[in-house]
Amino acid sequence: MSIEFRSVTKRFADETVAVDDFSLLIPSRKTTVLVGSSGCGKTTLLRMINRMVDPSSGVITIDDEDIATVEPVALRRRIGYVMQNSGLLPHRKVVDNVATVPLLNGVPKAEARERALELLDTVGLDRALADRYPSQLSGGQQQRVGVARGLAADPNILLMDEPFGAVDPIVRSELQHELIRLQRELGKTVVFVTHDIDEAFLLGDQVVILEKGAKIAQQGHPREILANPATEFVASFIGADRGKRRLAPVAAAATGDDVLLVDGTGYAAGVISAPGGKLAYSISDKTDQAGDA
Amino acid sequence: MVWLWQNLELVLGLALDHARLSVAPVLVSFIASIPLGWLANQSRVLRTILLTLGGVLFTIPSIALFVTLPVILGTRILDEINVVVALSIYAVAVMVRGSADAFASVSKDVIGSSTAVGYSRWGRFWGVELPLAGPVLLASLRVVSVTTVSLLSVGSLIGVTTLGYLFLDGYQRSFPTEVVIGIAFTVIIALIFDAVLVTIGRILMPYTRALPTSSRASVTRVAAEVTS
Amino acid sequence: MNFFLDALAYIVDPANLTGAKGILPRLGDHLYYSALATGIALVVALPVGLAIGHTGRGRAFVIAISGAARALPTLGLLFFIVLFTGLGLWPLVAVLAILAVPPIIAGAYAGLESVNRQTIDAARAIGMTEWQLLWKVEVPLALPLIIGGIRSAALQVIATATIAGYVGLTGLGRFLIEGLAVRNYTLAIAGAILVAVLALLVDGLLALIQLLVTPRGVSRGVTSTAPRSRARLRRARATP
Repeated sequence: MSIEFRSVTKRFADETVAVDDFSLLIPSRKTTVLVGSSGCGKTTLLRMINRMVDPSSGVITIDDEDIATVEPVALRRRIGYVMQNSGLLPHRKVVDNVATVPLLNGVPKAEARERALELLDTVGLDRALADRYPSQLSGGQQQRVGVARGLAADPNILLMDEPFGAVDPIVRSELQHELIRLQRELGKTVVFVTHDIDEAFLLGDQVVILEKGAKIAQQGHPREILANPATEFVASFIGADRGKRRLAPVAAAATGDDVLLVDGTGYAAGVISAPGGKLAYSISDKTDQAGDA
Repeated sequence: MVWLWQNLELVLGLALDHARLSVAPVLVSFIASIPLGWLANQSRVLRTILLTLGGVLFTIPSIALFVTLPVILGTRILDEINVVVALSIYAVAVMVRGSADAFASVSKDVIGSSTAVGYSRWGRFWGVELPLAGPVLLASLRVVSVTTVSLLSVGSLIGVTTLGYLFLDGYQRSFPTEVVIGIAFTVIIALIFDAVLVTIGRILMPYTRALPTSSRASVTRVAAEVTS
Repeated sequence: MNFFLDALAYIVDPANLTGAKGILPRLGDHLYYSALATGIALVVALPVGLAIGHTGRGRAFVIAISGAARALPTLGLLFFIVLFTGLGLWPLVAVLAILAVPPIIAGAYAGLESVNRQTIDAARAIGMTEWQLLWKVEVPLALPLIIGGIRSAALQVIATATIAGYVGLTGLGRFLIEGLAVRNYTLAIAGAILVAVLALLVDGLLALIQLLVTPRGVSRGVTSTAPRSRARLRRARATP
């Protein structure tokens, strides 16, 4: 399920050009993060993939099929979508929110609910929350429900529009690591939009740094970008908070009760003891000396 | 048209009476609704009491009020004061709701920050809350004004001289022109009232033009219509 | 207060309940005219209001028309139509329906407009058709305001249906008209009380329905945020 943008331009009715001649290959089963300041067109790009926005010119394909030829509603039902404020239906219980898309697709109610309950397990939510209404959940729980809903129809593609932007830093870090775990298990093609470069480097297999008009400043693996910023813009964008960049625990490198820490360039910075290999938020304020060298 | 020219004096006289009788309810409801609306935002209990009371008064048909008021007020049944009081009650009932919503629409952050910079409670009311509640108040007042002008014609049924006289007279004489002229003048008065209110609003609240009025004003207007 | 007591006595006197000029048949007629007019207005106004609320188009136009319709004096309009069509049920029902249309349209589109834009955006993004979006998301969430519009319309119709007596029909307005004509104020006040009580009952019934259709998740959401807003109020009051 690779996605490809070919010379895509989006001009809005008021003549502002949100996206200008944009081309990008989003590889299958990897996480691609589109990162940039607000107004750079990253959300527009994301919304073009499920035809919430149609390009003014250019072609977008999913596995070489031009999506302009696919009926928008059918397209959206096979693409998961998670947004900032969860976008849950306030008048439906959690379990019914998760089951929405399968029900729209004609899955029998009992089956859809059973699957929804399993999905609550998958995203780490207690099944006891199934019969609550969204307004009775915390922000972090709502976002988990949002992710569960995005996964409900078992889509190959998951679009995430700043899904963790509105939760506090502690919960955000939890959710980010949940997502890494989920992605390791499920292997979806994830397209993730954020303005937070730390988040981009943490989650992305491919990070795409965007300037105004969705112009690609640099794309590649976080390590490549950090080691060789292509332009002044990229250098300042990733360096603005470099002095206080947090060291990132690499979950994959966790062995037993120890967690391997890497700095922004991917160099090992040390090993710390963490019972169960779990690290939520305790590491911070280590300067990234190696990267500055 | 010929009939209109021949009876211009009668029609204009009725129109003047109609306008004169409409002014009081609109004014009274505006003045009364400001303290009531503010009170309604001071506690949940007060809000419930005031809005329920307003709702009940609004529910009573105006013609029923026209007829029962003389008994309560001790006035003569044909006295025009009955109609004015009845329509005032009606207008206040509508405005209490609108005014409560208007004061509720003032951002709590703005109130908090104006307290923080040192406004007294009294000064904050006049300097911050009332001006910011103004646009929603105006929206409700416009609905009240149009409704009052339109309802006043019913007063003719109990013998008060308004443009409604032309309806009754035209109907009894099977003369549609007279009825149409009555309708036209009622609508014209309503439009003039509305224009006056909008103009006063523009003069007193120049800041509303800076807001994205097209969506804002229409939504508040609608809110006023639904709750009225 | 004598008139009042006499009027109440008139209402509770079983002798006045039935018969050609009785309270019950006139009450039935009053309800019949009102229900017919409100029903017709619903059929016309609800689709229009939902269409405007869903698409966001035509709002300015409808607001203008609603304002103008409000200014039209119902009595004048009724007499005007009757002078052309002659006496009958339909002129009255038409005029009452015209009265009921603006609040129903306003309730419908204000209701849809009140639905959180992000909820709608999300529903569309997960693949709801416009039709599903309308019926599964917008209408359920807007229902309290939609019923609010209908409630407002029904009240105005019931209040105004008193004029039926002027165009050869009956209804509770007959008591008012007959009473005023022969200066029997007891009768007139009895009519006024009956109309007011009917209006209050119907209003209460619709208010109850409004409460029942408020989506549970939403009403819970409101109650769950209430302590916070109350706390804010308290704080605001603590610092004059």
